[in-house]
Amino acid sequence: MPRSSPHNPQLNANGELQHLLSIEGLPREILVQILDTAEPFAGVTEREVKKVPLMRGKSVFNLFFEASTRTRTTFEIAAKRLSADVINLNVAVSSQTKGESLLDTVANLSAMQADVFVVRHGSSGAPYLIARHVKPHEHVINAGDGRHAHPTQGLLDLYTIRHYKKDFTRLTVAIVGDVLHSRVARSLIHGLTTLGVPEVRVIGPQTLLPAGVESLGVRVFHDMRSGLKDCDVVVMLRLQNERMNGALLPSAQEFFKHYGLTADKLALAKPDAIVMHPGPMNRGVEIDSSVADGPHSVILPQVTFGIAVRMAVMSIVASN
Amino acid sequence: MTKLPDAEILLPKLAAELKALVTPASAMIGLHTGGAWLAERLHPLLGLKDPLGLMDIAFYRDDYAKEGLKHDPKRTKIPFEVEGRDLLLVDDVLYTGRTVRAAMNELFDYGRPKSISLVVLADRGGRQLPIAAQHVGAQVEVPAGKRLRLKRAASGKLSLELEDAA
Repeated sequence: MPRSSPHNPQLNANGELQHLLSIEGLPREILVQILDTAEPFAGVTEREVKKVPLMRGKSVFNLFFEASTRTRTTFEIAAKRLSADVINLNVAVSSQTKGESLLDTVANLSAMQADVFVVRHGSSGAPYLIARHVKPHEHVINAGDGRHAHPTQGLLDLYTIRHYKKDFTRLTVAIVGDVLHSRVARSLIHGLTTLGVPEVRVIGPQTLLPAGVESLGVRVFHDMRSGLKDCDVVVMLRLQNERMNGALLPSAQEFFKHYGLTADKLALAKPDAIVMHPGPMNRGVEIDSSVADGPHSVILPQVTFGIAVRMAVMSIVASN
Repeated sequence: MTKLPDAEILLPKLAAELKALVTPASAMIGLHTGGAWLAERLHPLLGLKDPLGLMDIAFYRDDYAKEGLKHDPKRTKIPFEVEGRDLLLVDDVLYTGRTVRAAMNELFDYGRPKSISLVVLADRGGRQLPIAAQHVGAQVEVPAGKRLRLKRAASGKLSLELEDAA
């Protein structure tokens, strides 16, 4: 995992965002700048012509070393709405299987005149490695690396919370479920604490919470009912079946009984609480359908806001 | 020091000039930030049937590659159909014409207006594009190295002021 150093690899000499690698280590002003910029982009996505000419002539390379149709698609839509040209490379099934190194792949694409690389990789830190080797006019956006970070998902969660709750400084936010395997949770916790949320809670069984999670400034609950009490925002995490190597859980049914979000558990949160989920959802495992489709759910607006947030990130890095 | 015209005296004159030309198809759009302030004052004086539109041209600027995206752009809000309308595009100061170029490009992403007229409080010359205003409060000469800006006091009073060009 990359270490924080006096020189932040995400910022240029003027302290502007050059690459987006992680929410961790980003100053509050940059988080606010991204959220503020996403707001008018959300207006663009509501128009008849959902496109602005900002990145006309620029090339965005979607470099997915790990499959993810949903994230790749949202980046592709965001880039197209900025008028950039988008090239999708499913590297998982091409060069890498022929034995080309990560940096050779990037060097080759760079020779094809890339401006922005959107990188998804199974190994934590891979986008950092690429960012260290790209040319000064090239930019790297982390679209998820291993268990480390997924900063645009974290940012869209922050945008969604600000949209519905306005003020971060009086909120109680609960993050529920498989925090151990979740890069979304880490990104979000850093963002929430940076923006001044006074109480961030994580709720889950001991086996699905990372050791020492308290050091991130969160309150830990193993009992969901006490953890949800008086929350303004409930962020459900997907039970990451495909990452589940050992026997961390007795069964999905057992998990749902204790940590699945149902209407009666949600009733313990504030009456105007919002429910979020990064998707894709396992209905009946971490969330009940009646909640996922219910009046507190903002899960689909999250997807819409995600495009505006990715437009903001791309247009900010590409100009710095 | 150049004596600047009083915005509060120019404003009712400009409103009277526009009022005579208003058609049933007329609608108004103000450009953030100064043009929006001016439009907010002009709009109620003209009796237009549609609410005022507000536009931020941040995503249509021609200096994005060089200057980057400005901080805190505002959302463009046009609460009426642009198609077939006679649009009054309002800005505070007309200088190079680049803002107006960007605004026209953005407008056409909303529809095809019947006409666009440009309304400005002050024209300081110095055009870099073939753009002219149809309705001008005053011609103002601006010394080199200075910028002409509209300011709004807490009371809502508008005034033209010179500041050092950054």
